[in-house]
Amino acid sequence: MTGRDLLGIEGLDRTDLERILETAERMQEVGRRDVKKVPTLRGRTLINLFFEASTRTRTSFEIAGKRLSADVVNFTPSSSSLTKAESILDTAMTLDAMDPDAVIVRHKVAGVPKRIADALAAPVINAGDGAHEHPTQALLDCFTVKQEKGRFDGLTVTIIGDITHSRVARSNLYAFTKLGAEVRLAAPPTMLPTGIESLGAKAYTSLREALEGADVVMVLRIQQERLDGQPRRRDRARSRRPPPERDPRPGAQRRRGADGRPVSVRGALGEARGMRASGARSARQASEGDRARVGVVEEVRGEERDG
Amino acid sequence: MASGRIWIRGGRVLDPSTGRDEVADLLVEDGKIAAVGAGLAASGGEVLEAAGAWVVPGFIDLHVHLREPGQEYKEDIASGGRAAVAGGFSAVVCMANTQPANDDPSVTEYILDRARQESPARVYPVGAATRGLAGEVMTEMVALVDAGCVALSDDGKTIMDSGVMRRVFEYSQLARVAIITHAEDRTLVREGVVNEGPVSTRLGLPGNPSIAEVIHVARDLMLAELAGAHLHVAHVSTAGAVDLIRRARERGVHVTAEVTPHHLALTDEATLGYDTNTKMAPPLRSETDMRACRAGLADGTLDAIATDHAPHAVHEKDVEFTAAPPGVIGLETAVPVTLDLVRANELAPLEWVRRLSTNPARIIHRAGGSLAVGAAADIALVDPERRWIYDPAKGFSKSRNSPWAGREMIGCAIATLVGGVLVWDVERGVLLP
Repeated sequence: MTGRDLLGIEGLDRTDLERILETAERMQEVGRRDVKKVPTLRGRTLINLFFEASTRTRTSFEIAGKRLSADVVNFTPSSSSLTKAESILDTAMTLDAMDPDAVIVRHKVAGVPKRIADALAAPVINAGDGAHEHPTQALLDCFTVKQEKGRFDGLTVTIIGDITHSRVARSNLYAFTKLGAEVRLAAPPTMLPTGIESLGAKAYTSLREALEGADVVMVLRIQQERLDGQPRRRDRARSRRPPPERDPRPGAQRRRGADGRPVSVRGALGEARGMRASGARSARQASEGDRARVGVVEEVRGEERDG
Repeated sequence: MASGRIWIRGGRVLDPSTGRDEVADLLVEDGKIAAVGAGLAASGGEVLEAAGAWVVPGFIDLHVHLREPGQEYKEDIASGGRAAVAGGFSAVVCMANTQPANDDPSVTEYILDRARQESPARVYPVGAATRGLAGEVMTEMVALVDAGCVALSDDGKTIMDSGVMRRVFEYSQLARVAIITHAEDRTLVREGVVNEGPVSTRLGLPGNPSIAEVIHVARDLMLAELAGAHLHVAHVSTAGAVDLIRRARERGVHVTAEVTPHHLALTDEATLGYDTNTKMAPPLRSETDMRACRAGLADGTLDAIATDHAPHAVHEKDVEFTAAPPGVIGLETAVPVTLDLVRANELAPLEWVRRLSTNPARIIHRAGGSLAVGAAADIALVDPERRWIYDPAKGFSKSRNSPWAGREMIGCAIATLVGGVLVWDVERGVLLP
């Protein structure tokens, strides 16, 4: 890890990821106890610095900190919906004066956690910055997959949605790739950022091809306000339809599965049996999120780990 | 300016206007170059020992923002002028985006008046091409040029309306000056803040695609060709634009172009730490683009090195990357940064000097860029080997927004003369006014 900050998955290696996931597994046992606390961070202060509102992530970090017996302070600077130029140095100096043991930062502009980390003595955990990274979400997703599949090597993970604007897609791309899985990204060309394949994923504009043989499927939310003149849902969905049997393009043929039958999107999704969005799975993932974040909080405070 | 005799002795005299490249002495008298040659017998006056140094025509920066009037907290004519001479520049060409904009002869006269009082460097203003830089109504170009403007430009505010741009080019022939364009199609740039590509994708920041520059250069070349006007393309940053300019010149379009030290020395990879001092417009580009700019400078497609010196206050840059204003200061680092091309054998010393002095003088139709006998004694002494650490806080600009802060630099201007007066001496500092 770069220093003791956790600014992204990009800078981590496989052993870092595995260590954090192991800690999260250990914390599962704590979560089942009557008193869900360990004394690891007793007397330590964590600051949740959320420039962008997110009740779920903030609460998850709050619970993670409390399970480790830390004092958790929520610090929510007034956040207008418009870009508000903040002096990053001023913010960091104000925080420094509070002498925190770790600061958890979320901001709608990429890079702000990094700039705060540069100026702050305490370690910084990135809780999501613009379209850059959301490392703890990716760790949580990895944790969920590990619970379900028991491994990463040889898995195919397909991420569908607006990749361009997604920090979750970037962090998951790094995390699953580093852990040994193959990552596919599926989106219309306008939602695939330039050069994404240089980060180690395969990009698909055909949903069907992206889903074929996938073990895990992640579906990202598409934000209407980011469509920026692109057509809405109905047209995107057309790419999921089977192509015509007689495609006029030379050499084109309908893709078929291993059994020789045409692959349907619905079937591919069923085969994946990955993270289908069901209410119960999401709720369980939320509690797994607390574990994953306990792992991260412990990691950045590593030198105080008591065993 | 009163000035006595100054002997500049034993330096390597590099004069692109005559092709001279030899160790020689140079005598300055009454503000002019009185003699150049080996073994001149010194008698009377001040002596500048130049052994080991290059003696060159004072550099002319075609692209600076002096921020006066209106934004003197960033820079003013006095501080910008001092930064210029400390960087070896005897003259700077200042852009029109002041507050108010230099769209009226009264503003031009104000700038020139302030420069006479405050600046050790010559100051050549650029007039706005449209009123208030709004891209709609043309300025009184002839009046601006009569007041002292050396070119016309809405720099920073690209004129997107092609009809307006066509008329600007056509009318500019009455004014007989170049139209300088900041070529970026704003409808393609949109929110883009870093070069679109793998780096913008890794950073998660909106990309500014190179096509935004290329398409706009193509438009301006075609309009300038149609009108028979002189187009000067500011801060070229893409391989595509270099190629278009090269081909346009081959077919006879009157086009000149400049490139900044940062686009010659840095790529978008420099942005990976989210340092807002790597945020420029146009943005730092890919390795391929940077190589093309260096090659274009070497083969003469790009005529000039210009800094786009763009001072911004610390509090303006110390914000989210998307909110920070683009631009970096460059007057005090241009020499060491671009000497790298000479060290890499991509540019001969004489050609390096040509792109910093002789060519810029030609583009704005002003004297300069020459060490011929009788020329105004605008001279820089460059030590190409001197090593120093750049600290913007100790520099002369009021601003500190440089990507080279704290870096070791190789080469610097050790002395600068303007009109025969020594205004910069690396040991003594800025000497005038």
